Amino acid sequence: MKKYDSLIFELSNPDRRAFEIPKNDVEEVSLESFLPKESLRKEAPELPQVSQVDLMRHYTNLSNKNYGLDTGFYPLGSCTMKYNPKINEDMARLPSFTETHPMQDDALVQGNLELMDNLDQMLCEITGMDKMTLQPIAGSHGEMLGLMLMKAYHQDKGDTKRTKIIVPDSSHGTNPASAAMAGLDVVTIESKENGEIDLGELKDALGDDVAGLMLTNPNTLGLFEKQIQDIAKAVHEAGGLLYYDGANTNAIMGITRPGDMGFDIVHLNLHKTFTTPHGGGGPGSGPVGVKERLVPYLPVPFVEKKEAGYKLSYDSPKSVGKISNYYGNFGIYLRAYVYILSMGYNGLKRASEVAVLNANYLMYSLKDHYKLAVDRPCKHEFVLAGINTDIAEMPTVNIAKRLLDYGHHPPTVYFPLIVNEALMVEPTETESKEMLDDFIQAMKDIVEESKNDPELVKTAPHTTPVRKLDEVGAARNPIVRWKPEE
Amino acid sequence: MFPYIANTPQDEKDMLKAIGFNSIEEFFDDIPKELRLNRDLNLKPAMTEAEIKTHMAELGNKNQGKDLVNFIGGGVYDRHIPSVINHVISRSEFYTAYTPYQPEISQGSLQVIFEYQTLITNLTGMDVSNASLYDGASAVAEAAFMAVDKTRNKEIIVPDNIHPNTLRVLKTYLRFKDLDLVIVPTKEGTFTKAALEEKISKNTAGVLVQNPNFYGLVEDEIEEIVELTHKNKALLIMSVDPITLGVLKSPGDYGADIAVGDGQSLGNGLNFGGPYFGFMAATNKLIRKMPGRIAGQTVDKDGKRGFVLTLQTREQHIRREKATSNICTNQALNALMASVYMVALGKKGIAEVATQSAQKAHYLYNQILEKTNFKPVYDKPFFMEFGITSDIPAAKVKEALLKEGILGGIELRICGDDFKNGLLVAVTEKRTKKEMDQFVQVLEGLK
Repeated sequence: MKKYDSLIFELSNPDRRAFEIPKNDVEEVSLESFLPKESLRKEAPELPQVSQVDLMRHYTNLSNKNYGLDTGFYPLGSCTMKYNPKINEDMARLPSFTETHPMQDDALVQGNLELMDNLDQMLCEITGMDKMTLQPIAGSHGEMLGLMLMKAYHQDKGDTKRTKIIVPDSSHGTNPASAAMAGLDVVTIESKENGEIDLGELKDALGDDVAGLMLTNPNTLGLFEKQIQDIAKAVHEAGGLLYYDGANTNAIMGITRPGDMGFDIVHLNLHKTFTTPHGGGGPGSGPVGVKERLVPYLPVPFVEKKEAGYKLSYDSPKSVGKISNYYGNFGIYLRAYVYILSMGYNGLKRASEVAVLNANYLMYSLKDHYKLAVDRPCKHEFVLAGINTDIAEMPTVNIAKRLLDYGHHPPTVYFPLIVNEALMVEPTETESKEMLDDFIQAMKDIVEESKNDPELVKTAPHTTPVRKLDEVGAARNPIVRWKPEE
Repeated sequence: MFPYIANTPQDEKDMLKAIGFNSIEEFFDDIPKELRLNRDLNLKPAMTEAEIKTHMAELGNKNQGKDLVNFIGGGVYDRHIPSVINHVISRSEFYTAYTPYQPEISQGSLQVIFEYQTLITNLTGMDVSNASLYDGASAVAEAAFMAVDKTRNKEIIVPDNIHPNTLRVLKTYLRFKDLDLVIVPTKEGTFTKAALEEKISKNTAGVLVQNPNFYGLVEDEIEEIVELTHKNKALLIMSVDPITLGVLKSPGDYGADIAVGDGQSLGNGLNFGGPYFGFMAATNKLIRKMPGRIAGQTVDKDGKRGFVLTLQTREQHIRREKATSNICTNQALNALMASVYMVALGKKGIAEVATQSAQKAHYLYNQILEKTNFKPVYDKPFFMEFGITSDIPAAKVKEALLKEGILGGIELRICGDDFKNGLLVAVTEKRTKKEMDQFVQVLEGLK
């Protein structure tokens, strides 16, 4: 099974079919009779032809070379890889939802609109914001929109000078990249060693040309910004707005809310905190919530509840417009809606508490074998600054690769950038003590191996479907599509 | 207890004890008291699966759609979807995996992306494809940014016959980067070289052509438009419906620089607007300007073929504000659905789907013109979608069709007042003669 090594194109046989459509039941006139000959291609595109058995086995064998959350532990820091409940999947496949077209009249999609309105209110309650839009398709899409809202707000106030956005150096790469997409200039400020904002640095950077500050709280080191009220005050006094990157919301549900901390704009990653599956790289969903004063700029359309029922309204003269084709990833945020119902107010709070318990349990259990980036109770994740060099030396990348042999997905490595040899660990609440103990043992064993048999660690992984891959060669001479051998 | 939280109260005690804490509350000590939420969230208590099923069935039943015959298009089409697609994407090794950052245990996802890139390049006739973008509209916006980046110009030209939502999205994206959008009026529904000539200049970065355009018409001056665009050193971006490429000339055939579109047609359901995915393919020389993930072939330590994410220095996690785009999470699972769809159909199947859609659309069109008082909005070659109009408001026409269980189409008044009574009707391979005859019958009965 592990040996399976075929590309679908290599299985193709022109006489095989995996699927057929019903025969045409109207007259088959030639395309040339109604389309100009010059508009037609000479030959159909080269798509492989395989039997249905070939197709299913191909993809099943490929899936066997993949590691998912249902395979095992996935402690990727900042990614909140928690269990994806199966009821979410079943509900998202109900034909009463899947078989609705986005251009149907409002009266025919009242169930969809009611769900959107309910979810808006739930997410506002969880974050302490006044209004949500579900249109962003992923987290970075939400960031881009949030920053557009910020810019639109200042411009509408005639404050056109505000073209700068402050981003701490510990932030996710998407933060500055999204700022660039929204046409803002990025000012990076240095964080303190524990990843917290240096209030002095911040105040120096603030001014009448600053649109706002982007922040995660808890920050990327898994620590709560204790000075958040002072930060909010400083930003607001300087005329800026405060943006909350919701990547770390799993630490705070039912405990504290960005809206109460002073944030004006929030984005959530429903594919992190709210259990929608990551899909191997999407689809995600990145709703954006705002305070009242920013509501006029939200994208169109938005759901309105009228006496006659729900309605999609485009009546919003100051709106930034649209950032995606329709109403966002409906099928994804439907899953998040189901998750919130499954957990209820008590379950969401419990999820955050146990996520934080699990993270602290891991951190303190590993502190003799690895260096802690900060020795202070963490929230839902923490960062190790590599192996404890008093015991052994081993680069983080090799530790990560060796973990693969132990059957665990490695933590996020070399991020945040402010910590050397960083390993960023986020266990989430859905993992059991037994699983955490198994991971702790593996991490400790790797330290022992690094001391006694460093070659074993440096040449890892040894048990995966492929071994260490030549990434430099791949970038130097890009082969990005299959071509038949000549 | 909550089914998705494994640790018991006893586990909690044991864990706290092992690390020297008394309560979970201690981990939250650093949150200022006044920021603590001193009440329960105002949400319902937890519901069981059984309760959720009842609630969701009730909500779903407030929709109408699943038992209706669908003639609505506008870029989103009701097509036959092979059963294998849902079975492949239900493999949890695919759908519960993260972005393939650890290639050794992600060869499944990575090979899927590599194969997807190959399928898309074969379909579009381009050299390289990325792993997917959010949707067709944002793919157009990303292509516009590429054109700006490549040419160092600031102006994007689009005809007024593209999807109105694409235009809205493009407006928003361009506005915030202080780029200029120039809209060219089209003639009788299609984009002409003469119209472009009036607007194109040395300041132009890119020109967009949508084929078939929003009205379903097949553009007939693409070659001339490509030539004029290139003469002005701008990039030609072509937005296409992937199914039509089963028989229509590809962007590569026309010499386009970037091909984009929405992939919904390729085996993705209607899903009330999403998730779908955007695709993007380009010429070789634009590969380093492309946004998003790209998978590349390489070898492992033992010389065995394998796949990795490549050319990552374009991306946000390395380049931060200098990245080609901010995109991180894309629409991988939807792209997988499209791959399975293209493989399930194969070379012959995709041509059949395209051909049958076009033939059926022309059957319905001819029947309407023959038997009813409706007239075409544009009397020009179209593919599988066409506009009709009469003295009766389109809303009334839709209402009459709905009474017979038919979703009639899109009211063209969303494109402007000129189209007052216009109705845009889409026909896919899934529609039957019986359904179309009924459509005609309803129109015949309208007074």
